[in-house]
Amino acid sequence: MEGAAPLPGFAGAPPASQGEIVRMRRSRRSLLAGLGAAAVGITLEGCGAAARKGANGEEPRLNLYNWDNYIGDTTLADFGQATGVKAKMSLFSTNDELFAKLRPGNPGFDVIVPSNEYVTRLRIAGLIQQLDHSKLPNLKNILPAFLNPPFDPGRRWSAPYTWLVQGLGYRKSKIDGVPDSWKWVMDSDRYKGRIGLFSEADDLIELGAKYLGYSVRNIPRPVIDRVAEMYIRQKPNVTVFHHDDGQDLLMAGDIDIVMDYNGDIARVMQEDPDLAFVVPREGSVLNADCLCIPAGAPRPDNAHKFINFILDGKAGAGIAEATRYPTPNAAALALMPADYRDSPTIFPPAAALANCEYADFEGLDRAHLYDETVTRIFAA
Amino acid sequence: MSLHEEPWSRAKGVFAVAFGPPTVWLTVFFLAPLAIIWAYSFGQNTSLTHIGVTGTFANYAHAVRPLYLGILWKSLWIAGLTTVLCLIGGFPVAVAITFASDKMRTWLLLLIMLPFWTNLLIRTYALMAVLRDEGYVNSALGGAWGLAVKLGAPLGAFHPLPLLHNDFAVVLGLVEVQLPFMVLPLYAALDRLDRSLLEASLDLGAGHLTTFARVVVPLAMPGIVSGVLVTFIPSVGAYLTPDLLGGPSSQMIANVIENQFKNADDWPFGAALSFLLMYMTFVAIAVQAMVERARREKRS
Repeated sequence: MEGAAPLPGFAGAPPASQGEIVRMRRSRRSLLAGLGAAAVGITLEGCGAAARKGANGEEPRLNLYNWDNYIGDTTLADFGQATGVKAKMSLFSTNDELFAKLRPGNPGFDVIVPSNEYVTRLRIAGLIQQLDHSKLPNLKNILPAFLNPPFDPGRRWSAPYTWLVQGLGYRKSKIDGVPDSWKWVMDSDRYKGRIGLFSEADDLIELGAKYLGYSVRNIPRPVIDRVAEMYIRQKPNVTVFHHDDGQDLLMAGDIDIVMDYNGDIARVMQEDPDLAFVVPREGSVLNADCLCIPAGAPRPDNAHKFINFILDGKAGAGIAEATRYPTPNAAALALMPADYRDSPTIFPPAAALANCEYADFEGLDRAHLYDETVTRIFAA
Repeated sequence: MSLHEEPWSRAKGVFAVAFGPPTVWLTVFFLAPLAIIWAYSFGQNTSLTHIGVTGTFANYAHAVRPLYLGILWKSLWIAGLTTVLCLIGGFPVAVAITFASDKMRTWLLLLIMLPFWTNLLIRTYALMAVLRDEGYVNSALGGAWGLAVKLGAPLGAFHPLPLLHNDFAVVLGLVEVQLPFMVLPLYAALDRLDRSLLEASLDLGAGHLTTFARVVVPLAMPGIVSGVLVTFIPSVGAYLTPDLLGGPSSQMIANVIENQFKNADDWPFGAALSFLLMYMTFVAIAVQAMVERARREKRS
């Protein structure tokens, strides 16, 4: 989801075309920047404290904290025109960075865009506030399937923004047929030396459990150990545990089959028609990025206005057009062209998604156990 | 009385002006954060957002388990190899710069500094473009191979050399990054060297190799020691290079520490691992100081 993108020339890939969207997600490189900023506790407030107030008693401003390249080209300007509220966007590249920034106290953000597990985690930590549905009439645009997700029943804490599914990206000319099983990357030497896996602990273990026929939630201890043994056996066949730059390694020819997200592969498929994406038949992990209002948001009413604006069909279509990620918004979907709506990569067939599920945050001890398990796999 | 006190009180003011800002800077931006992390290493997570400093040694007990000691050992090994390669590669460069003409020397030093003008991340990506299966090295080799086959050489199909995503790439990347840090202290030491001693050694019948081994190296020893230290210590803690260039087994201790502050969100354990490295560094520097003092005493 990043990596060679800022340096297309170095990656041996053609320069990114205009309007092509690269989503810098979960970049490790900004760790120091993230921690540094969090430690210093940069505050966005304080300057221009005596600004004029809007009709709702709040200054006509809004601070959005979002992923990079994860919004429509004119979304913020359109919002300004529609409401008179000037939105300013700051960027984060990992959920951990977002969490670290909010951990010592909200530095002044009104709207944030965490992924599903982190909605739970932020809620437990008391770092987000409940949404007032009376201020979000556009929730009616959301497809029913996204209104009651397991990580936030009834959508009391988060509004849907986009969703994604993990699967296998592959090079058609180098792989025999459609590799519709996790087996080809987890439990087989058929593509030895051409395999890329996720490096994130929870992704690896959840998908491993899925392959062995278990749910990605509450994975029993012995299954975690079995998953670890499987990966340790598979390691000689694996080229790289990638840091969410799998699609770039795939495009550069370093590997031919890789664990990745549908949106990432959809992006590189526009450049390289030899690439494809499949959700393995054992099922997979769904992710959902959500709009939330952090606790202590200085302008909660503007935040609701903004979320309601994003849930509007036209604004949602602008975002889908720019990001190429699947939208949960029926009104937005209706406005999208067929090449987006009918893409089996952006919208995998229902049969493929039937076996997919959301992972959930299961406490810090679980996070530590997963991390140590993966450290063990890497060190073996 | 005034002779003694006046300069002292005046010097006190100068001292405060000169050392005040750096001291404040060091305290606020280095010692204080470091002290907080040190305190965390004796703490535990009490909730998702709070760390209670309980004085527990559990994090250190966890950190010295075989899994983590193994990774630490591997990091030390990679850093050691990097340092040796830097020393072997850097010494001739430093000697060449020392004996170059004044004009040449400026240019050579500039060349050594040149990599600092480019961000480490950019250089690492550039190295990836060179090393990858379809990168410059393998393309060139593949081209030469194809030419040889065309000319009738009985060769099979070309298989790209596995240059990227393994420990070789990590060591190469670290050497590339650390080489200037080895060359500069070596150059500083060699530049101070009294050349008449070399002439004397050669005049008195020692060969070039003997002169190098018994005159140049001992005199350059302070430079060698500081070069080794400033190469070895950052190499042990390298995190970006193994992250980007490494393969499935190239994880180093800094990558494990990073995970504790990110995904695993176990700051106390991450702090303990970090300080384990720190304690080792302190010990290494202390040993170096002791050796240095012993040497000086022996000489005098």
